[in-house]
Amino acid sequence: MTRSLFVSLLSALALSGTAHAADGKSLYAANCSRCHGALGNGLPGLAPSLRDAGALGADFYLRTGYMPLDDPQTHPSRTRVLFSEPELRALVRYVASLGNGPPIPHPRWRDANVAAGLTLFTGHCAGCHQIVARGGYVTGARVPALGRATPTQIAEAVRQGPYLLPRFSPKAISDRQLDDLVAYVQYAKHPDDRGGWALGHLGPWPEGMVTWLLAASALVGVCTLLARRVRS
Amino acid sequence: MTRVKDFLIAAVVLAFGRRRPSRARPAAPRVVSAGTPDRRAENVVLGLFAAAALCAAAFIAFYALDRLGSQTQWLGLARGLSFALLAVACMVIARRLVVAEENAHPYPEPEHPDEQQTIEQIVEESGSRFTRRKLIVLAGSGAVGTLGLAALTPAASLGPALDTEQLDRTPWRRGRRLVDDAGQPIAAADIEEESFYTAYPEGASRELLGSPLVVVRLPKPRGIVAFSKICTHAGCAVSLYRKPTFAQTEPRPALVCPCHYSTFDPADGGKVLFGPAGRPLPQLPLFVDGDGNLRAAGGFTGRIGPSWSGVRQR
Amino acid sequence: MIRGLVRFVDQRSGGAPFVRKALRYVFPDHWSFLLGEVALYCFMLLVATGVYLTLFFDDSRSATTYHGPYEPLDGATVSRAYASVLHLSFQVKAGLLMRQTHHWAANLFIAAIVLHMLRVFFTGAFRKPRDLIYLLGLGMLFSAFLEGYLGYSLVDDLLSGMGLAIGYSVAMSIPVVGAYLAMLIWGGPFPGSADFWPRMYIAHVLILPLVIATLLALHLTLVAARHHTQFRESPRTTERQVVGVPTFPGQAPRSIGLMLAVFAVLFLLGGLVQINPVWLWGPYHVGDATNGAQPDWYLGWLIGGLRLMPGFDVTIGHYTLIPNPFWGGVAFPLAVLLVLALWPWAERKVAGDDAFHNLLERPRDNPWRTALGAAFVTWVFLIFVSGSGDRIDVWLGIDYVAQVWVYRIAALVLPVAVFFVTRRVCRELVAWEVLRRDMPGS
Repeated sequence: MTRSLFVSLLSALALSGTAHAADGKSLYAANCSRCHGALGNGLPGLAPSLRDAGALGADFYLRTGYMPLDDPQTHPSRTRVLFSEPELRALVRYVASLGNGPPIPHPRWRDANVAAGLTLFTGHCAGCHQIVARGGYVTGARVPALGRATPTQIAEAVRQGPYLLPRFSPKAISDRQLDDLVAYVQYAKHPDDRGGWALGHLGPWPEGMVTWLLAASALVGVCTLLARRVRS
Repeated sequence: MTRVKDFLIAAVVLAFGRRRPSRARPAAPRVVSAGTPDRRAENVVLGLFAAAALCAAAFIAFYALDRLGSQTQWLGLARGLSFALLAVACMVIARRLVVAEENAHPYPEPEHPDEQQTIEQIVEESGSRFTRRKLIVLAGSGAVGTLGLAALTPAASLGPALDTEQLDRTPWRRGRRLVDDAGQPIAAADIEEESFYTAYPEGASRELLGSPLVVVRLPKPRGIVAFSKICTHAGCAVSLYRKPTFAQTEPRPALVCPCHYSTFDPADGGKVLFGPAGRPLPQLPLFVDGDGNLRAAGGFTGRIGPSWSGVRQR
Repeated sequence: MIRGLVRFVDQRSGGAPFVRKALRYVFPDHWSFLLGEVALYCFMLLVATGVYLTLFFDDSRSATTYHGPYEPLDGATVSRAYASVLHLSFQVKAGLLMRQTHHWAANLFIAAIVLHMLRVFFTGAFRKPRDLIYLLGLGMLFSAFLEGYLGYSLVDDLLSGMGLAIGYSVAMSIPVVGAYLAMLIWGGPFPGSADFWPRMYIAHVLILPLVIATLLALHLTLVAARHHTQFRESPRTTERQVVGVPTFPGQAPRSIGLMLAVFAVLFLLGGLVQINPVWLWGPYHVGDATNGAQPDWYLGWLIGGLRLMPGFDVTIGHYTLIPNPFWGGVAFPLAVLLVLALWPWAERKVAGDDAFHNLLERPRDNPWRTALGAAFVTWVFLIFVSGSGDRIDVWLGIDYVAQVWVYRIAALVLPVAVFFVTRRVCRELVAWEVLRRDMPGS
């Protein structure tokens, strides 16, 4: 009984998936064309062309929830993804078909060199993303932390340079180096915190908070306890 | 056998025996005021001491255990708790077991006019044989002062204080090749728009303020530009390059220093767009050699690194 | 046994009268008088843990290749100093505990000094005859700033290097003599000659601890000579006599208890809360930087000053006279130091009060001082907070550039507002007290 229900659910899902796959165009028309134009050429003052974005760009912007954007003037940030998996695939395929953009990269980071990745990250990324990838600030924009970025998204971002991020082609960072870089970012999500509670890996800022809010307040409390009036 | 018995008796006495009151000299009046005993508080203190000793022993045990995950945490916890328990014991002692005295004590005399006068007199009278007191004091001070200056002189050996010309020197001169992180020459054709590159002088130390460059390619007709990577404000590395994906709604390209967010315009000779920097980022003129690689076409357009008195603004 | 010991010591030192006096020395009983002790115990722990750290630290910046248990740095070119700290953190048993405890103790040391100083300032404890004691304390505070900065810098991680670059730039920015001074200290252009690291090291482990210890000894000697101040609490507490708990047996278990509590808090933090994980920051190279780099909290006011300053150099023609970092990095702390140092003398002159004071004032009793002090603290605090504007932007989404403008204006306006509000509150509190006292049946 349960099994048959499960099977029928699955087939229903599969069916709806194929139904949507054919619908990449209408999804695009409904969600993207207002700013990017009906043919993906972009609209002046609103949004850039998607002709060169490719599957890579579409995959990145849609799976991070950067797009669609309510107001084209706002700074995109990671939000809830609005589409189902089949819808995403359909949209990505459709956007990729608009021009001659790059495919989705598949970093092989599991055996890559974390040490080389750290060097690359320091040289190319730490200035904005902070050395343990906790995000930061650049004049005029906020830089996201990379804790929720998947290996694919990291690779996509490096290759494509979304929003204010510079773009690094294979000439600047080879595919092999990109694997190392991804390996480091993956490492930085859960680095070696042998010192204990990591305070978000933000350094002196939270350390100062702990000094005042925890240590200093605790000891002021101890002082008041110790010096309670003798007479009372 | 008797020794064991003695030992046991001694232990029992230590644990349960009360001190016999006032075996000492009965004649002297009390200095510390009297109070009533508090057996319960004593028990608490004993318990706390035992627990503190246990924690301290645990520290030693954790230290000895080699393969303990999060050893730092266990060590800190054991030692911290041990101190904390002792601290609580002291608090109990302070509040329950030590007599609550409130004493008054006169403040020391604010001053001692007689002694002051005597001291003054001693100094004055000791000098009564000098006839030219002022001159001698002046000469003496001069001698001691000069000697002090002489004593400080060797401090000048600390550094080449007067040789500030060193500050102007950088490894960059006409013809010096730009190399990347791996020491490879940088081909002009490999420098792409919307990206940024760190370059170093070939065959020179990278750990000089004058060495690192940040190289970007601007949209035509501007082309490749290179700037000193060291901020003119406070010497940090200008390691942020923001570039718009869609220039119509996003901020223009800029080089930014992460220390105090001085923001420089690479399209306008490194002009300061925002932040505390007082002068532009020095630019390095470039040319492309016969092999298509980037080379310096001369020195920087301004002094690199933080400013000092006498630095030319541009 | 006690009698034997006392006799032994007295016969050899003649110290019995002194010890007898010391045991019955009177400590006024108020919690705020213990804040200075917290700083003292931090200092003791700093010395103890610091000595341990010196046994493992290598004060050389010469390059070496790291090969050790921390994989992400395997094969990296690092300085010997940095490598030795990695070794201490990863391979020396209890090494990381000691290092983290040392760093937490440094943070708390300065926090305790600041709290202690606020108490001294707002109760008028610095007045004659204790102005010198206050000055010695101020000297310790500023020595501790420098001491902490050197400790932060010695490790030679990425944050150290960025901090040193800023320190170098600030030294350079001093008008006329800056470049000479920086070259003298660093032994050459940044990052300096090979001698610079041993110099920092000896300053951190010998010279400055000695300075602080000397100031501390003088500070405590003068406190003991003049006795503590006290609040006016009963008819017994007067300008002529001090009322409180004797050193022994009353105060001793309290002080020892507080000392143990300070150690407990610091070792618990040292073991359980990670501080300055230098392996994550990586080594410093001149061309590297990270976003969100911050100094330890006690120098936050300086980074705030550096960031708030509008971007200009004072020039003569085309030549720089006063580089920008001078204002935030030199003039600002110097102004703070001067205001604090001259305050007791200024107040005495303005108030025409040359008397001895053993009784404290409650903050409300002196509305002018309290209001000016509050305004001053507000000013410094605003600049301090502005130093973390970038993190506030990331955290709360408040635009950094807008923040800079808000802080610039607030630093000028808010202290004035705080002054008037505080003065009013003080006066109202006093009026309310008078009213209550005069009310029949209260």
